[in-house]
Amino acid sequence: MTIADHVTGSTIAGTAKPADAKPVDSKSVDSTPGDSKPAGAKPRATVPAITLPAIGERELRLDLFRGLALWLIFIDHLPPSLLTWFTIRNYGFSDATEIFIFISGYTAAFVYGRAMLESGVVIATARILRRVWQIYVAHVFLFTIFLAEISYVATRFENPLYTEEMGIMDFLKQPDVTIVQALLLRFRPVNMDVLPLYIVLMLALPLILWSMKWRPDVTLGLSVALYAVTWEYDLYLSAYPNGFWAFNPFAWQLLFVFGAWCALGGARRMSRILASPVTMWIAIAYLAAAFYVTLTWYVPQLSQFMPKRVEKWMYPIDKTDLDVLRFTHFLALAALTVRFLPRDWPGLKSRWLRPLILCGQHSLEIFCLGVFLAFAGHFILAEVSGGAAMHALISLSGVLIMWGVAWVISWYKRVADKSGAKTKNAVGNADLAGGG
Amino acid sequence: MKAKVLLSLVLLCGSLAAPVARAGDAAPGAATAPAACELPSYLLTSESQLPKVAEAVKAGKPLEILVVGSRSTTIPSSEGSSYPARMEAILKEKLPPSEAVHVSVEIQSKRTAEEAASTFVKLMEAKTPTLVVWQTGTVDAIRSIDPDEFRSAVTEGVVALQKAGADVVLMNLQYSPRTETMISAQPFLDNMRVVAQEHDIPLFDRFTIMRQWNDQGQFDLFSPSRGPELAKQVHDCLGRALAQFVIDAAHLEPAQQQN
Repeated sequence: MTIADHVTGSTIAGTAKPADAKPVDSKSVDSTPGDSKPAGAKPRATVPAITLPAIGERELRLDLFRGLALWLIFIDHLPPSLLTWFTIRNYGFSDATEIFIFISGYTAAFVYGRAMLESGVVIATARILRRVWQIYVAHVFLFTIFLAEISYVATRFENPLYTEEMGIMDFLKQPDVTIVQALLLRFRPVNMDVLPLYIVLMLALPLILWSMKWRPDVTLGLSVALYAVTWEYDLYLSAYPNGFWAFNPFAWQLLFVFGAWCALGGARRMSRILASPVTMWIAIAYLAAAFYVTLTWYVPQLSQFMPKRVEKWMYPIDKTDLDVLRFTHFLALAALTVRFLPRDWPGLKSRWLRPLILCGQHSLEIFCLGVFLAFAGHFILAEVSGGAAMHALISLSGVLIMWGVAWVISWYKRVADKSGAKTKNAVGNADLAGGG
Repeated sequence: MKAKVLLSLVLLCGSLAAPVARAGDAAPGAATAPAACELPSYLLTSESQLPKVAEAVKAGKPLEILVVGSRSTTIPSSEGSSYPARMEAILKEKLPPSEAVHVSVEIQSKRTAEEAASTFVKLMEAKTPTLVVWQTGTVDAIRSIDPDEFRSAVTEGVVALQKAGADVVLMNLQYSPRTETMISAQPFLDNMRVVAQEHDIPLFDRFTIMRQWNDQGQFDLFSPSRGPELAKQVHDCLGRALAQFVIDAAHLEPAQQQN
């Protein structure tokens, strides 16, 4: 078991050896006869610039961490409680959103990249667009629930302590404008920023994949360039009634494209770097430093040990534009994860991690459910009781409901839809590409 | 096996909830007494200082404080109970009797930080306070102003106030659990912290303070009650906390005659 296998999650034993990891070199076309094709893939005339892990077992680590990200996003969307201290944003710069977008890029490229190689650009694009439509509908559904909640609060709540905050309800005065702006993805209430970002990224996916098919490294380079240009010239998408998108797609695309690049053979090629102890120690040192900085936010007494100069250079750590510190923090986390959590780790099959993995496997549904449950949780806290016990109960039942629904969805796939299941494989499997 | 998972999750959840629940049990009833205002000391202290306030008190000059705020600075129809008035009362109580303390309030309802900051030069010509408490961020958060623009507006405002010769305390947003799903406070809280750090001025963390009270059960900030009682109690505690904060940041010796 090499680190390369840890990293990429190639899959069925014996397939997809690192031999096809000299992608740019097109001269090697015929020199890799030993490279057994993934089961089910058609023999291709040329070895493409990208390599795909074989269809086979799911990469459970991806599901695991996406499931984890979904739980963390849910908990972060609830009002802070003790459970909030278990979420990673309290221990460093990056948070669950980074994990989520990266894995979404990875899995989307994995599924639709294969579709593009096997069925062509048009078919793959059509499939991607269908997925975009699903995510869009999910977003509009969530918006409807939000409108119901906010209207309810607006009519019931008149605490004089908060007369000013109630100004947020002003947009209800012109629902025509608000609803149209919401459909255009320009009006996004709090906590509803991730799906629009995901929609835009998925819309760009055909282009990204097409370009990756040609030159993965150039594509990644272009992505980095766009990121740099965004920072230099302050590109953004405007929002309604003012301001801009809380997650700037021009910046966040870097994580998505990086995920795609890793899925299409990049991770394998990086395995040397990832295996090196130097990388490991740099990552550990960086995470420790980030942890210390985070600590100064909660223990202000510590901040006197922070050089003013460093503070000046570092702050603010911008989430909207995916601050470089956040990105590198995610990289460090990811590097350590692939190093210490091999893809064949037996724990991945244990029933203890099963709930997380199940949730990660149906990420769009579970993400939407999480946003809805966060709304509902706020509502119960406000209307029934705001105690800490209630809070813990809500967090816990939210997670259990997510698990339960994920289980039901799997059951539908496994049992209820059985007749159609035989023809399905990873190619058409939207869940794997899922996200949200 | 599944039952075991459930049970352990329930236990975990219970043990997490228990300490807080206990803290909550002790609080009811104490709401009117200052005990309800209790806060960990780090929320009432600051690394940054208020040299001009210290100087004025040392020299026996009157302490003129201006609170620039928005609607959350007041309680509709009971001005006397709002936090600026309570701060004035507490400061008078705690400082030597010879010290004249006067707090005035400038309400800039529905104005963003940028709009408020543009009035500062004139405002400071009209009044010449020793200390300005600038409460801002709420309107910007409601309108989701670009956090970068917000930061530069706050910076401008702070610089204008300092140029006019006053010490500055920044006060951030209220903790408003009911609107938490609708107003994104975090970027504005973060940026105010950054400006405070950059200019080495004290930040009165109203948000964390109020959240602390809510979490500890001293106040139920989810309450839909229409009466002014809760608002009065919260403002009383805020006024006390702010007075304490100013005394600490200016290193003033509280008067001894209270014992």
